[in-house]
Parts: sequence; C-alpha cells; structure tokens
Amino acid sequence: MGDVNATYASLSDKLFIATIVLYAVAMLGYALEYAFGRRAVKAEAKVLAGAGGPDVTEEETAGGHVNERAERLGITMNQANRAGQVALVLTWIGAVLHAACLVLRAVSVGRVPWGNMYEFIIAVVLVGVCTWLYVVTAGHAARRIGLFVTLVAILLLGTATRLYTEAQPLVPALNSYWIAIHVTAAVIASGIFMVGFVPAALQLIRRRYDTVTAKGGRLRFPITLGARLPEVANLERLVFKLHVFAFPLWTFGVIAGAVWAERAWGRYWGWDPKEVWSFIAWVVYAGYLHARATGPGGRRLAPWIVILGWLTMIVNLFGINLVVTGLHSYAGV
Amino acid sequence: MTVDAPPRPAKGKKSPRAVSLARKWWGQLTSMRTALILLFALAVAAVPGSILPQRSVNVENVGKYFTDHPQAAPIMDRLWLFDVYSAPWFAAIYGLLFVSLVGCLIPRLREHVDAIRRRPPDAPARLSLMPQHDEWESGAGAAKLAGVLKARRFRVETREHADGSVTVSGEKGYLRETGNLIFHFALLGLLVGVAVGALYGWHGNRILGAGADAAFCNNLQQYDDYGLGPNISAADLPKFCVQLDGFKAEYLDNGQPVTYAADVLYGEGGEAPTEKFHLEVNEPLRMGAANLYLLGQGYTPVLTYTDAQGNTQVSRTPFLPMNASMLSEGVATFPDANLSATGQRDRTRQMAFEGMFLPTAPEQAPYTTSLFPDSRNPGVMLFPYVGDLGLDNGKPGSVYALDRRQVATGQLKPMQVGFFLKQGESKTLEDGSTVTFTGLERWITVQARSDPGEPVVLWSAIAVLAGLLPSLTVKRRRVWFRVRGDNVTAGGLARTENPGFATEFGDIVASAKET
Ligand code: HEM
Repeated sequence: MGDVNATYASLSDKLFIATIVLYAVAMLGYALEYAFGRRAVKAEAKVLAGAGGPDVTEEETAGGHVNERAERLGITMNQANRAGQVALVLTWIGAVLHAACLVLRAVSVGRVPWGNMYEFIIAVVLVGVCTWLYVVTAGHAARRIGLFVTLVAILLLGTATRLYTEAQPLVPALNSYWIAIHVTAAVIASGIFMVGFVPAALQLIRRRYDTVTAKGGRLRFPITLGARLPEVANLERLVFKLHVFAFPLWTFGVIAGAVWAERAWGRYWGWDPKEVWSFIAWVVYAGYLHARATGPGGRRLAPWIVILGWLTMIVNLFGINLVVTGLHSYAGV
Repeated sequence: MTVDAPPRPAKGKKSPRAVSLARKWWGQLTSMRTALILLFALAVAAVPGSILPQRSVNVENVGKYFTDHPQAAPIMDRLWLFDVYSAPWFAAIYGLLFVSLVGCLIPRLREHVDAIRRRPPDAPARLSLMPQHDEWESGAGAAKLAGVLKARRFRVETREHADGSVTVSGEKGYLRETGNLIFHFALLGLLVGVAVGALYGWHGNRILGAGADAAFCNNLQQYDDYGLGPNISAADLPKFCVQLDGFKAEYLDNGQPVTYAADVLYGEGGEAPTEKFHLEVNEPLRMGAANLYLLGQGYTPVLTYTDAQGNTQVSRTPFLPMNASMLSEGVATFPDANLSATGQRDRTRQMAFEGMFLPTAPEQAPYTTSLFPDSRNPGVMLFPYVGDLGLDNGKPGSVYALDRRQVATGQLKPMQVGFFLKQGESKTLEDGSTVTFTGLERWITVQARSDPGEPVVLWSAIAVLAGLLPSLTVKRRRVWFRVRGDNVTAGGLARTENPGFATEFGDIVASAKET
C-alpha cells in the first residue's frame, strides 16, 4: 500500500490543464455561434418578409444588431456555425482527456479517483460535461447552449485548482468499497444537477425576455441573451428530465452514505454538517418536484427552486468542506 | 395532478361553524402547497445545526462556544440552537409535515385502491374532443382492438352499448401512483424507525487498553460516556465482554494513516472473551445484541515511579492524541506515593506527572512535536507535581488530566522543571525518587451501540427508492376505441405530464389500423 506512481500522477495533472484549455476554446466557439449563428437568418428573413407585430419588430432589431456587429467583426453566419461545430468536437476531446485525467489519477494511487475534494470536483464536472454531450447528441438542446455549460464547467474546474491535492491513498475511514458506491452516486447525481441548473437559469432569462418583449420594454444584459435561447417550455422539459434522473440517484447516494456511516462511525445518521447539507439539498429538490405539481404558481417557482438546489449543492461542496470541520472533512482537503 | 383539491363540500345539513372551520384548516394543512412550504421550512431549519456547534456532534465545541460568547450562548441555548435536531421547533416542522403527509395520503390511498379495483372507465361521448384522437374505417372488430391494447399491457375493458356500438377502454400506468404512495408511506416508515432507535437504542464509548486486565464488560460504569434511550434502562443492557489483544496502524511515509486494525476477543451472554475478531474502521464486530466499532486509537506510555522510600508503582494511563502526528497529552498519577509510616495516603505528598507523548520524537530539543504518528522514536516530556491529587474529595474528575482546581488552589504544586525521557530512560527527581519510561502500549476507542430501529430505517429507505422510481418515470394514460359497424374512432388522454404520449398514441393507432 501507499505507492503513488509519480509519472501517472503528473501526467494526470497535465491532462487536467489541457482539459481546461480545450473547454475554454470550446466555450469561445459556442459563444461565436451563440452570437452570430444561424438563428439570425430567421430574424432577417422575417424582416425581408416584412411581417408585422410587436414581437417580430423586437427580433428585427435584435437580428439587425447582431448582424451589424458580425459584419464589423467580419464573421459570417456559416463561420459562426462552424465555430459551434468545432466547439462541440473540442468538448468531446476535452471530455476524453478529462476522463483520462481521472483514470490516471486512479491508476497512480490504486483506488477510486474521488478521495478528496479536488478529485471529487473533477469527477462531478466530467459527469456534467458527459451529460451535456448526451443531451446535445440526443437532440434535447441546441449546440450553442454549450456556452453556458462550458462556462460552469470551467468555473468549477478553476476552483478545483485552488484545492489541488497530491495524489494519495485514502485515510482508513474512507478505505472501504462503500466509497465506490456512495461517492459514485453522489458524483453522478451532482454532475447531472450541475447540468440541470444551467437550463433552469436560462429558462428564467428566457421567461423574463418574453415578458419584457411582450410589453415592449427595454432589454438589458443578461436578459438580452434570451433572444437566442430555446423556448421556455423546451427548457422546462429539459430541466425536469435531468432532475428526474438525478433525484433518485441523489436519494440513493444519501442512503448509501447512511449505510456506510453505520459501518464506519457506528450510526447511520448523525447530523454531521455534510449530512445536514445533503439532506437540505434533497429536501429542496423534493420541493422542486412538488412545486411542479402545484399548479401554475408552483411551476413558475420551480426554476428558482432548482437554482436554490444547486446553491445548496455548492455550499455542501465548498462551504462545508472548507469552513466547517466534520467527520466528512477530507484529509488535506 | 394537482392535489390542491378544495375540502369536500359538506353534504346535506350545514355543518356547525367549528366543524367547517376545522375542515377548512385540515384542507389547508393537507394541501400540496402546505407540504411545499413545510419542506422549505425544514430545509431552512436544518441550516443552523450545520453552522453552530451541536451537542450531539461535539460537546467540547459547544463548551468552547459558551466561553467565547458568554452573553449570547445561554440565550441561544434556550432556543435549542445547540440541539437543533432535537429542538421542539424542529420537531414541530417535521411533525406538521408528516401530519400533512398522512392527511394527504389516506384519501389518495383510498382513491387509488378504488381505481385499481374499478375497470377502466367507459369512453367519453365524443372521442374527437380528446387531446389525441383518430378515426378510420376497418372491419377488425372490438376484440382485435382490445388485443392491441392488451399486447401493450393496458388494462382493458370492452363494453357493448344499447345503440349497437362497442367501446374498448384501456388504461395503463397505475404503478405511478402505487410507487408514489409507497414512497410517501416509506417516509413515514423512516420516521418510525428513527423514533424506535431513539427510544430503545443505547451506546457507550470507552478507551480500551490491551490485555486481560484492561478488558471490559458491557455495563454503564465501564463507559467514558454513554447515551441510553428513554425506554431502556441499565438493567436491559445485553451481556458481553471485550478484550483488546493487539493493535496495528499502518502509515504512509508522509504520515497519513492507511489502516487501523485491532485484534479483539469477545464473549457474549456472560461468556469469557475467547472468540476472536479482527476489528477495523469499516469492519465493526456485529454481536447479537450490539455492535462494536473501532473509532480511534492512541498510545499509553508505561511509567514506573519509585518514591524516595523505595516503593514502586506503575502507571498505565492512556495519553490522548492532539493531532495527526499523534502528539499526545496525558497524566500519570501515583496517589500511593510517599505513604505514611502507617501505610496511609499522604495527601501532601502524592505524585503526578503531566506530560506529552511523542511517538517519533526529534533527536534534539525542543520536544514539542512528533515527527511521525508511528512509534519510531518514542519519548515523553514530563512535568512532575506533588501534593493533593484531589482524588478523595468526592468530585468526579477526568483520569486523563490533572485536577486543575487542585493546581489553582496550590494544593498540587509543580515540583521542578520538565524533562524528556526516551523509552527505557530514567530520571531522578529532586526528592531522590525516580521515574522511568519503561514501555509503550496501545489503546483503541471503541463504541458499543445498539439501534433496534435500524432494520426499519433500512427497509423504509429501500422502499423510498423502490417507490420513487416508478413514481417519477411511469406515466398514467388512457386509450379508447369506439366501434360502430366499420367505423372506428380512437381517443387518448395522458393523465400525467407525458410529452411522448402523442407518439405512443400514433403507434397504437397504427397497429390498430393494421389488425
Ligand atoms: C416528507 C416530505 C415529502 C417529501 C420528501 C416528498 C417527496 C416527493 C417526491 C420526491 C415526489 C415525486 C415527484 C413527482 O412525482 O413528480 C412527490 C410527489 C408527490 N407528493 Fe410528496 N413528499 C413529501 C410530502 C408530501 C406531502 C405532505 C404531500 C401532500 C400534501 C405530498 C403529496 C405529493 C403528491 C400528490 C405527489 C405526486 C405529484 C405528481 O404526481 O406529480 N407529498 N413527493
């Protein structure tokens, strides 16, 4: 025990950097597509057709604006769309390197690669990116929305660098096959929650955009983003699908954690800060599922609850591990 | 799907005001909106317990909070802020939530049982008004159409009508509501299991040194601290005895521990401890009536003291680790040092050493940190005290520290400057007595625990998951056919949110047309 393969460990670190760089370039590509991509064609077509009505007028100006800027930058729509295609390919490559980064870490220490916070975050983001790639491939969302997903991924990975931990074996309490069960479930659920949070936030933006444009009000950033977002109903359905998947997994993860806690610490539940926040997140997401079944008022509230839910996940991930010390505190963060 | 059903209107005579008011409140309490609000209240109420120190998690931190915030702490204590999860206001929230849950579940259970027993309802008069509908000419007949639905595992009912038409009704997806009810009832089961554990459970923690002399049997006096549920008494504790046979810790070169493993002997039901068990952090000893967990470990430096009269005593008191390097602190007390001529304890000349134990001491002073948690170069730093140890004044004190009150009142005085001993070394003190660091022993902290609610909690948790999956994934839907001669009309209704239903209905109609 205790042998760390330094070559693999340092290779894993290099892959980590490469992953971030790839995602960042991909994000740029998505941004180009988002700003100047094909949607503008439709808006322009409407202008040419001379269709009336307040909504379309709004789109005309938005479309014209976009084109003006695109012209100034010398970017054609086809180029913008190609940027989106390249971004998607880069995201795929990034995800492969990302996975390799985790696998090499696992090989270098001979255990599951989520024994500390650094590794946990990398794994969560990997699940998030893979979930997103599935969502796009299955046609549940437009490619350019990847802009927001890569943004969240980069922010989280960037935070992980602040928590860098040398590859090490596990402390005795973590040294159990239950880590593979409990933490894997938590990682997968967290990754999907991460991707579920993105369309929920976009849904709010698009909803606001719709109300403001219907009233003919002035748009300000970030509501202006709404012009190129999918319709509210589509976003809402995507949010729901992702959470329907993640919630039972999270439930399972919490239960598995309780079973493990019984073995390791003698009690299945002890209101340790990590347990408390897992419980809070679970209750909030259960609230989301209920809100959707509580009529139109509840449905309006639902995306806000998703945002709250993701906040509780973030508190659980960062706040609790770094600020409060409990049994769950990882060795060396 | 909205369950915000208004309270049922009172039938017949107008009910008295109080009854209708009560009914209105009950309707409010069992509405889904209330459930939502209570869920959020529960989430918010759980927060302070993760920020403020909690007695159930760490009593010492609560004590520290009291010293740091002498003004606020007592007020906060009165609001149960240090016992959030056993606070009445916390209980009130989940109590209401579960009352609401029961109030919401009972009628739903009744309705669902009815729905399962009833046959799928007859087709509405005009199927063309259904969200999904179609019409075609075919001579297939009702039996074939029913077969299409049966093949898709619909529950099917065929009815012949007076006007000569035949209707086929199919319904599917009952499992959704079944799962949902199982899920919600299982939440109640969780609560029951937790309550059983709280009422009938018990636990005790103690430090267990190695060897037969240090073995312990299950009774409350043997524990350093313990907790008993209100419905269990000391006499109900099961009989077992445990002895530590050996302990081994493995570390990485950087000092990170990898495994802790203890060999223990145990005996149940009054038997002597002869059964062997290899106890590890994730491998508890499961006896019939209780489990034993390995929670911690440490060192006991064995100190031998020979007083000026030549009487020798040995101290084997565990030193408690203070950090990951296993730098440990503790005391060695010799109450029978310097006995009087008649063999009485002399309370002015009892001896004690306050000390630090370093499993891997540095080669040179200062001896203030341990370089490694394993015992590679063990040493102790000792500070001798002489006087009244305060053991006989009736006040309970810790065996792991000196009685600070005795030191404060000057009844127990420092004797001379501290000194460092490696294992095997001796030191002669000013009064001619000697102390020797003769050996090193290991101890472990064990917890004995019984929670009879655990099986209930586990099975409820499994039911929670088993109910949740169909509740979220199964869709309830109805499909009807009406056959009038060669004319077939079809209608479909998704009873729960179901974006894929149009496709499914299209498939069904397509196979119906083929028959
Ligand atoms: C102990 C707290 C509770 C938790 C954790 C909880 C959790 C859940 C979950 C996860 C679902 C699945 C969501 C879905 O089917 O879309 C659900 C559904 C449901 N819950 Fe609860 N629930 C709780 C309390 C209640 C209470 C008190 C009521 C009644 C007032 C209630 C009524 C319902 C109903 C009617 C559904 C079905 C909604 C639908 O079919 O879409 N729940 N609950």
